[in-house]
Amino acid sequence: MEGRAVIARATKTVVPRRPRARRSLYLQYLVEPFAYLSPAIVLIGTVILIPLIIGISYSFQSIELLRPFDSGWVGFENYAALWSDRKFWIALENTFFWTFWSVSLQFLLGLGLALLLNTQFFGKRLFQALVFLPWAVPTFLSALTWAWLFNPVIGPLPHWLADLGILSEPYNILGDPELAIWGPIMANIWFGVPFFAITLLAALQSIPGELYEAAEIDGASAWQTFSKITLPFLAPMIAITVMLRTIWIANFADLIFVMTGGGPANSTQILSTYIFTTAFRKLDFGYASTIAVALLLILLIYSLIVLWLRKKLIKI
Amino acid sequence: MPAALRRSPAATVAKYAALLCYLVFALFPLYWLIKIAVTPDALVFTEGTQVIPSAVTLDNFRTVLLQTDFLSYFGNSLYVSLGTAAVTTLVAAAAGYAFSRFDFAGKKLLIAVMLITQMFPLLMIIAPIYKIISQVGMLNSLTSLIVVYTAFNIPFATFLMQSFFDGIPKDLEEAAMMDGSTRFQALYKVVFPLTLPGLGATLGFVFTAAWSELLFALMLISKNDAMTFPVGLLTFVSKFSVDWGQMMAAGVLALVPSCLFFIFIQRYLVQGLTSGAVKG
Amino acid sequence: MARIQLNDVKKSYGDVNVLRDINLDIQDGEFIVLVGPSGCGKSTLLRMIAGLEPISGGDFMIDGERMNDVRPRDRDIAMVFQSYALYPHMDVARNMGFSMEIRGDAAEERKSKVAAAAETLGLSKLTNRLPKALSGGQRQRVAMGRAIIRDPRAFLFDEPLSNLDAALRVEMRLEIARLHQKLGATMIYVTHDQVEALTLADRIVVLEGGDIQQVGSPLELYERPANKFVAQFIGSPTMNVVPVEGGAGGITLAGSKLTLPHLGDTSAAVELGIRPEHIDVVAPDQGMLKAVADVVEHLGSDTNIYARVEGIGPMMVRVHGNIPARSGDLLGLNIQPLNAHIFAADGTALRRADAIAA
Repeated sequence: MEGRAVIARATKTVVPRRPRARRSLYLQYLVEPFAYLSPAIVLIGTVILIPLIIGISYSFQSIELLRPFDSGWVGFENYAALWSDRKFWIALENTFFWTFWSVSLQFLLGLGLALLLNTQFFGKRLFQALVFLPWAVPTFLSALTWAWLFNPVIGPLPHWLADLGILSEPYNILGDPELAIWGPIMANIWFGVPFFAITLLAALQSIPGELYEAAEIDGASAWQTFSKITLPFLAPMIAITVMLRTIWIANFADLIFVMTGGGPANSTQILSTYIFTTAFRKLDFGYASTIAVALLLILLIYSLIVLWLRKKLIKI
Repeated sequence: MPAALRRSPAATVAKYAALLCYLVFALFPLYWLIKIAVTPDALVFTEGTQVIPSAVTLDNFRTVLLQTDFLSYFGNSLYVSLGTAAVTTLVAAAAGYAFSRFDFAGKKLLIAVMLITQMFPLLMIIAPIYKIISQVGMLNSLTSLIVVYTAFNIPFATFLMQSFFDGIPKDLEEAAMMDGSTRFQALYKVVFPLTLPGLGATLGFVFTAAWSELLFALMLISKNDAMTFPVGLLTFVSKFSVDWGQMMAAGVLALVPSCLFFIFIQRYLVQGLTSGAVKG
Repeated sequence: MARIQLNDVKKSYGDVNVLRDINLDIQDGEFIVLVGPSGCGKSTLLRMIAGLEPISGGDFMIDGERMNDVRPRDRDIAMVFQSYALYPHMDVARNMGFSMEIRGDAAEERKSKVAAAAETLGLSKLTNRLPKALSGGQRQRVAMGRAIIRDPRAFLFDEPLSNLDAALRVEMRLEIARLHQKLGATMIYVTHDQVEALTLADRIVVLEGGDIQQVGSPLELYERPANKFVAQFIGSPTMNVVPVEGGAGGITLAGSKLTLPHLGDTSAAVELGIRPEHIDVVAPDQGMLKAVADVVEHLGSDTNIYARVEGIGPMMVRVHGNIPARSGDLLGLNIQPLNAHIFAADGTALRRADAIAA
């Protein structure tokens, strides 16, 4: 569509000048990029954008595959149901808890790892490959692995936790409504630290080395160098990475779905698992889309706040 | 920070201790997975929490490969992941090239749309996609998975490819065109050989992503012979939740391809992200 | 061999006009240098001639044929890039022979032509090396070899020497001059360095702000600049320009009158331009102007004096040879009337009608 508009405009400006025997270079310059882009545009349009619009429209309809004769437009009925759905509010609270702890622990550990990787040491390349390995582990497998590690029959963790006095006896914390959410959070940290480390490492490596030399000559301590040079330089990258990661983790249902399925007693149910189970188990597409729209709005507000803060706080 | 760490011996010890902690944290779960997989059935429960097994066997792998459907799951996953990786890389390379080399009307809009698709919950479109695909009769088809995964991965892959193209001076193509090549010849003879690392990194990245996707596969695939590895393993877990050794052996098998790819690409990935970061 | 004509050629990005109505007639075998400050559009013009940048309007002709819409590959023009743009994954021989490879010439022919070009440029021992194993000067030679091998209708150079150090730059400049003599091909050369322009060009095109300011031989530009911009851009050290009062019979400068009969009517003059080498130093009481030497540079062949002139301000004077002036000395200065330039309020140089014709 975009491409056609451009062609039309180009023809208008170029043609009237004089009759042309050859195909205009000008026209070619305007059309060519769209030739390269069209497969991407078509795929994103048909597989993501159109379904997205349909999905939003579902939230105003009743679409339950198990009750095919009840379907039709229902206005804001789904939203009203959402407002009085206790499970939704629990899931919302769990989403905050899950996202906050996952992101902050991933970020802190990732920053530490990036700082370490930005120094020289023996065997660094091998170390880097090994320590980034969890990122390559398929998410469903990370989930299963950690679920097994928390299983007192074959996993060591409950026994170690009991030995440390954290648990009274070696039992599976994934079955304990008080503690269950920490299981997926643990798996998420394990899986997500490499991502933060890679992005922050890339940002660290783009800080000019002369700055550190200058700071050393000026007599700055290690902590001063870190807080006055490293952090301010990383700040824009940190803001963007944390924002994107927060959104990604809030949407990230795989770990919880595999490890606990949202249980026990909804104690690990977050909005995205709630969307998935509503769609997948109950085949209630209308209500699932309503929850999704709610999640989308929350994330939208969140990103606007972060972007606004970033503009206010960061001057470089 | 680097200078300070270099100076005192205590700091050096602390640094290596920290490195060791990270290494153990990263590798221990994977070690445990492999350990249970190679522990003979008889010892799984008696040595459940012992760090090193007293005997080692490959029986579990043999059983998984020969007596279950895992080989078929494995093949399906390989087909879907390779297909997705190949198609995505091709499409993303073309789009990344356009972003890197051309200024055109609507470029900013397109980039914004691609960024936004990275931000909203993809689960949001799981219901519409299910309905669309069931209406065109493509449920339980691996091709539909390839199409869906390709669309999901295009934005990131495009940005990745763009940063690799940005690293190749435009002069080189122009020189080739002055030397008499068409743009396509310039691409094929000059640009393509120089972006092989970028193509490799993108292929690997998309392969890994497709290999591990679970929720859409769970929704769109229900027939056993079309199941991908994640779906297959999950149904296996819920059906036979007692045979630990076999499950973990299957897990180890699922790990192999993505880890191989990852080790191959991780250096280029940092490179690609770095050049992007420098650019701002 | 080619005659290249630009008739009212324009370039604009949206509403921004980068080049306006460029008219230029380049003769077969001519060496044309495009100079101007950065951002004047000289590189854009070169890229339009190459076909790498679309032309927004006007006609671009090679040997009488309109080439606006012809792709770069079909224009039969070679270009040497500022960055050299050597293909990093090909060795020297393949880099040089790439155009023949694309054309599908026989391997034998390619080999012999590459060998011949490498011989001419002194690269014979390096043909198996990759570009990264070459020095800056060698890369520059390879880039030139790549252009020569095609035997094109015209050569384009985009600031080809700007990445070399000073000594190498002089050497490569001579090399390019020799190449032009030997091949006799049309060459268009972009630079911001006026020394390169003055030494290489048959004709120089001075560009500024998207317009051609003047086209002429190096001496023409030096002796008869068309306006203040050209006068100050060409020549080193830069021409002094000072405010004057115009008058029918001559101009008044810091209270003293100066008659310039060779320039005709001087009543519109508002500024006088005089090159540092066209000011004579005399005893303090004998000169037309009184000055104090601020800084004196002894270069051996010349002496540069940065002077503060009474009633005018700072001026620079260059005296041939070594004179015993020192910082703080009082000096008398005389302007050589025949070498003076005068400018009207809009910056154009004033001269007599017959002088312009000459």
